[in-house]
Amino acid sequence: MELKSNCPSGPIETAWEKHKFDLKLVNPANKRKLDVIVVGSGLAGASAAASLGELGYRVQCFCFQDSPRRAHSIAAQGGINAAKNYQNDGDSVFRLFYDTVKGGDFRSREANVYRLAQISVNIIDQCVAQGVPFARDYGGTLANRSFGGAQVSRTFYARGQTGQQLLLGAYQALERQVASGSVTMRPRTEMLDLIVVDGRARGIVTRDLVDGKIRVHLADAVVLGTGGYGNVFYLSTNAKGSNCTAAWRAYKRGAGFANPCFSQIHPTCIPVSGEYQSKLTLMSESLRNDGRIWVPRKAGDRRPASEIPPEERDYYLERRYPSFGNLVPRDVASRAAKAVCDEGRGVGTGLGVYLDFSDAVGRLGEQTVRERYGNLFDMYERITGENPYRVPMRIFPAVHYVMGGLWVDYDLMTTIPGLFCIGEANFSDHGANRLGASALMQGLADGYFILPYTLGDYLAKNPGTPLSEDEAPVEDVRREVEERTSRLLAIGGHRTAASFHRELGKLMWEECGMARNAQGLERALGKIPELREEFWQNVTVPGSGSDLNSSLEYAGRVADFLELGELMCLDALERKESCGGHFREEYQTADGEALRDDANFSFAAAWFHQEGRRPELVREPLEFAYVKPTQRSYK
Amino acid sequence: MKLTLHVWRQERAGVEGRMASYEASDVNPDMSFLEMLDVVNEDLSMKGEAPIAFDHDCREGICGSCGFVINGVAHGGHKGTTVCQLHMRHFSDGDVLYLEPFRASAFPVIRDLVVDRSAFDRIIASGGYVSAPTGSAPDGNAIPIAKEIADRSMDAAACIGCGACVAACPNASASLFTGAKLSHLNLLPQGRAEMRRRTLRMDSQVREELFGSCTNIGECEAVCPKEIRLEVIARMNRNYLLARLLRG
Repeated sequence: MELKSNCPSGPIETAWEKHKFDLKLVNPANKRKLDVIVVGSGLAGASAAASLGELGYRVQCFCFQDSPRRAHSIAAQGGINAAKNYQNDGDSVFRLFYDTVKGGDFRSREANVYRLAQISVNIIDQCVAQGVPFARDYGGTLANRSFGGAQVSRTFYARGQTGQQLLLGAYQALERQVASGSVTMRPRTEMLDLIVVDGRARGIVTRDLVDGKIRVHLADAVVLGTGGYGNVFYLSTNAKGSNCTAAWRAYKRGAGFANPCFSQIHPTCIPVSGEYQSKLTLMSESLRNDGRIWVPRKAGDRRPASEIPPEERDYYLERRYPSFGNLVPRDVASRAAKAVCDEGRGVGTGLGVYLDFSDAVGRLGEQTVRERYGNLFDMYERITGENPYRVPMRIFPAVHYVMGGLWVDYDLMTTIPGLFCIGEANFSDHGANRLGASALMQGLADGYFILPYTLGDYLAKNPGTPLSEDEAPVEDVRREVEERTSRLLAIGGHRTAASFHRELGKLMWEECGMARNAQGLERALGKIPELREEFWQNVTVPGSGSDLNSSLEYAGRVADFLELGELMCLDALERKESCGGHFREEYQTADGEALRDDANFSFAAAWFHQEGRRPELVREPLEFAYVKPTQRSYK
Repeated sequence: MKLTLHVWRQERAGVEGRMASYEASDVNPDMSFLEMLDVVNEDLSMKGEAPIAFDHDCREGICGSCGFVINGVAHGGHKGTTVCQLHMRHFSDGDVLYLEPFRASAFPVIRDLVVDRSAFDRIIASGGYVSAPTGSAPDGNAIPIAKEIADRSMDAAACIGCGACVAACPNASASLFTGAKLSHLNLLPQGRAEMRRRTLRMDSQVREELFGSCTNIGECEAVCPKEIRLEVIARMNRNYLLARLLRG
């Protein structure tokens, strides 16, 4: 099999314009006859559903939450990048493109990233027009801040709630379409499988989470905006409900899954406090603009922070990376924190480092610090019971985002014709590491400005054919979903789904987390199938399938994580290099930095499911014509 | 520490519910309230009993999914805090807690502590947006917005749509929620063009949804986890009056 990225030829600066012109259009009268399913209502899903509705398609949008406004994009704190150069500090589309390709450690597709950087400016305009209350300067213009991995100020923000405000903008645009009748919203409904007929995506099978009914929804195209799979680690900054099921079911039906091992560990999260911990909470990376990260110089120094004099503190990021200092990219900052904790210099439980604002409070005054980060400081205090204006925050890395996802071409279409994938759920733009404030940008670029064009091209070339719910290929999928649901309820074992999930998460964190090696990955590849086997023998799912049953929903998601985890380890084992968030201990430079192997691994790894056999790996070679791969240096 | 929980259990909409009692032992002060319930639910599951259903997702106080009433107070009465961010260090050994769903005619119970808040979505759909179709926007800096205005708009836009304001209000009024959205949009120049239409339409949708009227009691402001202020209701009333007068 060969993967066709369908990237346009010619100069990168005009490629997207030219490509848009080459895309076929759908006659407005025909749009009204075309059904599109959008799964997920986060930034990508909601913006896509709203924009497609505006264009006149008949859209159905699904989310498992009780309202589309609750999708996990809402929790993004820091901001959204755009190459506006409003600060006159030398930013440009090319620089954002360059930073993103470099930040991704040269494992993303140049053409996609360039388009993303171009569109970034339209996103800000769009969101302002919707009434997103971005931070402003006194003159009334938009304010910016800098963010990890960049030396220009290009991040737009709405206090520490940027994701919330952008999502509400998209949600309101979506509700406007709901009112106009072009979009039907189906909340509390979970996609459990994909319907593929004659090689094309034609619908989904869902479970209504209130009445338990398994239903079929048919369409001319299906769009997945279902987010990332960071919860495979059990503890992550994702919402409790975030899951891989929709993407995983698509994979099982033939969609390629690219770079599953590329997960991002965010350096600034609140450390774990105990076994009962259900999730981790992120403290926005923007805190690194003014906070200084340090640990004691001596291992085992248990004195409180205030009693450790400055000369006995190690501001290790500033020491190791003098030019970027505390603003190095996330993967670099996370690994450096792990390194000092491994040396026994961690604080708190030993798995933590200080993020200290005392210098910032001295320089700017408490009031300014409060204005910038007040809500984050409040949140920290609520969770830990400590006041970060007085004592340094304790932070530790946690799983936050996944760069891997369903493989898509330049048009955001997966390897199943008619199945599109947008936002975090696809693998497209961030390579092996995502820069801060780029997830919101990508989700909205995909949903507002790319998919509405490319989906039209597919629909124009593939006019709808009649299909009914009782045809065999549709009925088969529905039956399989029902059987799987009944099977989960019938096991009646002795362990809860949560206990399996915790065990899987621990294993993934240890063997496929911040640092990986062949031995550990092989160990995990041995253990995960055993755990999965036990799950299907010994899980207990109380209640019935015919009403609201959160245990049943959860068990189904854990079952899929138990399969995905194995693929992640396999991918991590196969990628015998270190790049971005994927750090293989065997491949590092003398001073402990990631060592890429461009000669052998400059590709996106797309995995294809094969029933009962090892998944097939298909490589999409990556070429760099504009940004020459170099070893990333933030020193 | 050890707590006694009395929890509203109701199998589905339209059937009778009842209070049931559970012991929560080994409660760690660093747990969140929902983590404490997770542990209770794990025990129930192991006994083959249905766990207590409650809505939750982000557990960071921003998605607005969670929310129920603890000892008569929506979200448990800690200033600016949702139940997912409420930590057990604020409780004491031996405490007896009563957990009930948000109660309002407009929020029918779906199961246990889970209620149907889709009325909020319908209020937004009726006018809680700026009509700005994708692709039609001018440059983001084309219209300057005074920082004070942007800040006040943001104060109101911080609403997470949890519904605590409705649950706390003796009239089950949705005025704080609706006023917050109206303030967010009506204060901004981008929202001015549709201000009158938006205000009238959202008001009429609120009436259709069986929410009560505001009688300036202020319980909503007291429980709001995002500390949305009563002034959004005053501003809504001004906007409404103006819209009615100018409609002629």
